[in-house]
Amino acid sequence: MAASVSVSVSVSVVPAAAEGLRAAYTSGKTRTYEWRVSQLNAMLKITTRHEKDIVLALNSDLGKHEHEAFLHEISAVSAACRMALKELRLWMKPEKVKTSMTTFPSSGELVPEPYGVVLVISTWNYPILLSLEPVIAAISAGNAVVLKPSEVAPATSEVMAKLLGQYMDASAVKVIEGGVQETTALLEQKWDKIFYTGFLDHKQLALFGDEVPVYLYLNKFSTGNNKVGRIILAAAAQHLTPVILELGGKCPVIVDSNINLTVAVKRLISGKWGCNSGQTCVAPDYVITTKAFASKLVDAISSELERFYGKDPVNSTDMSRIINSRHFERLTKLLDEDKLFGKIVIGGQCDKTNLKIAPTVILDPPLDSLIMTEEIFGPLLPIITVNDIRDGFNFITSKEKPLAAYIFTNDRKLKEDFVQRVSAGGIAVNEVTIHLTDPALPFGGVGESGMGTYHGKYSFEAFSHKKPVLYRGFTGEISARYPPYTTRKLKFLKAAMNGNIIGIIRALLGW
Amino acid sequence: MAVCVETEAAELRGVYNSGKTRTYEWRVSQLKAMLKIAIHHEKELIEALNSDLGKHEHEAFLHEIAAVRSACRMALKQLHRWMKPEKVKTSMTTFPSSAEIVSEPFGVVLVISTWNYPILLSLEPVIAAISAGNAVVLKPSEVASATSSTMSKLLGQYMDVSAVKVVEGGIQETSALLVQKWDKIFYTGNSKVGRVVLAAAAKHLTPVILELGGKCPAIVDSDINLTVAARRIISGKWGCNSGQTYVSPDYIITKKDYAAKLVDALSSELEKFYGKDPVNSKDMSKIINSRHFERLSKLLDEEKVSGKIVIGGQRDKANLKIAPTVILDAPEDSLIMNEEIFGPLLPIITVNNIKDGINLITSKEKPLAAYIFTNDKKLKEEFVQRVSAGGIGVNEVTLHLAEDTLPFGGVGESGMGSYHGKFSFDAFSHKKPVLYRGFNGEISARYPPYTPRKLKFLKAVLSGDIIGIIRALLGW
Repeated sequence: MAASVSVSVSVSVVPAAAEGLRAAYTSGKTRTYEWRVSQLNAMLKITTRHEKDIVLALNSDLGKHEHEAFLHEISAVSAACRMALKELRLWMKPEKVKTSMTTFPSSGELVPEPYGVVLVISTWNYPILLSLEPVIAAISAGNAVVLKPSEVAPATSEVMAKLLGQYMDASAVKVIEGGVQETTALLEQKWDKIFYTGFLDHKQLALFGDEVPVYLYLNKFSTGNNKVGRIILAAAAQHLTPVILELGGKCPVIVDSNINLTVAVKRLISGKWGCNSGQTCVAPDYVITTKAFASKLVDAISSELERFYGKDPVNSTDMSRIINSRHFERLTKLLDEDKLFGKIVIGGQCDKTNLKIAPTVILDPPLDSLIMTEEIFGPLLPIITVNDIRDGFNFITSKEKPLAAYIFTNDRKLKEDFVQRVSAGGIAVNEVTIHLTDPALPFGGVGESGMGTYHGKYSFEAFSHKKPVLYRGFTGEISARYPPYTTRKLKFLKAAMNGNIIGIIRALLGW
Repeated sequence: MAVCVETEAAELRGVYNSGKTRTYEWRVSQLKAMLKIAIHHEKELIEALNSDLGKHEHEAFLHEIAAVRSACRMALKQLHRWMKPEKVKTSMTTFPSSAEIVSEPFGVVLVISTWNYPILLSLEPVIAAISAGNAVVLKPSEVASATSSTMSKLLGQYMDVSAVKVVEGGIQETSALLVQKWDKIFYTGNSKVGRVVLAAAAKHLTPVILELGGKCPAIVDSDINLTVAARRIISGKWGCNSGQTYVSPDYIITKKDYAAKLVDALSSELEKFYGKDPVNSKDMSKIINSRHFERLSKLLDEEKVSGKIVIGGQRDKANLKIAPTVILDAPEDSLIMNEEIFGPLLPIITVNNIKDGINLITSKEKPLAAYIFTNDKKLKEEFVQRVSAGGIGVNEVTLHLAEDTLPFGGVGESGMGSYHGKFSFDAFSHKKPVLYRGFNGEISARYPPYTPRKLKFLKAVLSGDIIGIIRALLGW
């Protein structure tokens, strides 16, 4: 494969790229088992041979430690390739379906087929994982695919454009780099499916590029409030394109009192600050605990944090930095709000030059503060205290459905109630974030946190149309179906449907 | 009217939040109530269908009422099982753990129905929404006014009106409804309005199921039982609401040297079914209204087409009836070959070989259904492989949607999402994964401070490399 030069692609190239992909798809090439396997193998080569390049790019973009870069991104991509390679034959096989009396004699099956030419729009916080895992899914299902990585993470965008250009079949797997202009141009094309990962609202859209062009372009598809997920949907609506949206939300954690506090806190810290400094769609956004338990919780967090990150956490290289200065300002604004004065109980240190914020815990910020109304997406953790832990449920259910919701408890009834009452993309009990590493569980949102799912076999299904096929021969004619319609025919059919044997006989005999 | 809609939506949300619609008991009570409607009021429903569509009792019962009853009964029978969380085997990454997938309702949902199978396409999605525990608003089509008002009356009588509402009306009411926030929208209709629904849904990030249409092709190969094939085609076209059916064969493709045989077979079976004066046959539904009658007449009157009518063509404007009409080799650029026909006109396109037919089909938008009549195994396989459609029928037309084990829905221009059978329950459920862990099974290598040794250990664990694990644990 010829190495492609990774420069920002201008808008005019987009239509030609889309056309090229459609030609490649129409040729039937991407549908063969062999092609899909070749591409999955190529992707696996990228993640195994170029681990170092990728780790460096992640460090450059996010200050992400090699530990997280490997565990959260590279190994997950490799695992997705391996699973697809292992299961592909099984996944591609039509699923036989039992047919019923209404169509007897007949047989049926469900045939998975690709949608065709699909668009994957990725994001910046797990730029490798959230770009390549959907691309792997699209390929395994036999589609041709365009990947639009996030320009907010330019080093990883570039490295992916370069490596995919080198290893993949460029006629059917393309990377288009760029910002709002390129995204808009892409959204004007017709795709057979769109997969979008993203979060936050229009305030953060300013991060895509200049503020003015953002609104100019997005107004084309504007739905009035400029949240990107809505814009994607509106653009897709023009072409009746089905969309998977992986969005975010304020993922709550309820911490009950009768638990192994040390383990709970380690997991909480790991899922928050140990995941890209809290810049993770499924990171715990805020905690709810009882007033009686709050100080114990704060102490435990403080103590484990020190074990993890030492006495000078703002300078710890184990934690990712904040992605860029605009997000840094956004986060400091959350902390600087007057209403939070005096409520920071852990951390709060900020290093503007290096874009680092120490693990910060805020106790009982007012519910109408910015930090309690916006998705935080950073290393700040509010703790809300309630009288009764179940008040916490009401608080959660009064807000929009998040991508994930968590509870730490040993109380069986509380677990059941939580699972029953709290609607979220996914739920974990006594754990945070880790549920998305299990390929047996579908990963996606609901309501404001998105639509559609992937991971494991769900990835293959996300990019497949399950086409039902009914097979009949030329026997098994029921002439009662056909005109001329008579009362007797209808009687017969009614009896046949009720399984009423006497009725059938009577009708047949004309009684 | 708009104010009503907002209040109604708010009421529904209050009721949904109370948790009432989520209980097994409530859902069963509603399904039973719906069944009562479909059983005790069969006569009324048939009359309404006859009034709106001139639909014969045979079709009214078979295609609509029986299907609604069957959907209720299936849901009643399976609901316990459907509602049960599905246990899931977890992997090493989360060991030790257990998991399940819990089905929960989306919340408050909107069903927008249409006029050609107004009972079926209104009530089956409502049954689906209820079985999944949602509160639901049904907006029937105003084009079929008798069935709309009958359903409104009967559902108002039998269902729990605090959680199951019917909003009648036209564009104004639909627009007012679409401004509200719904947790799911289910729309049956045409692709133009489908886009409007999607755009409205986008504002609230509402997921949508679109059941649209398309030009459903039927390939007729030569070495087949032609009589049976012809009967099935006729039944699926004119025997389904005079071709005003989303999955009716829209047009036929056959070989040039077979066309005459096919036309003869159709002509002969049509006469057996509808007699010598088909335009006056009561067995066929009328055209829904004069607007559609004009639309269909226009398709026939186009100069390129009018000379190619080989069967039928008779029209009765006063009674809105058009005889079963077959057109042989209408030009590719004629209106009838470019619009979804949705009526009793059947173009036959002839090709030199069948493969050209497949190419023609794949050059068009993906339809809701595609059909092939053949005994040729290789041709069957090729058709199934190459033709993308919502669903495929081999040696049959339209019947596949009666099969509960097959999901029914479109792809591309013919829609998104599916329902029927268990797929109906799934259509209105969010499948929420839940991972359960205890407080053991800690792997400290997960946690900072990050060291090369921890990373080595984790890499070894991930590759299942036992020696590597031991070495890492020993600090080598």
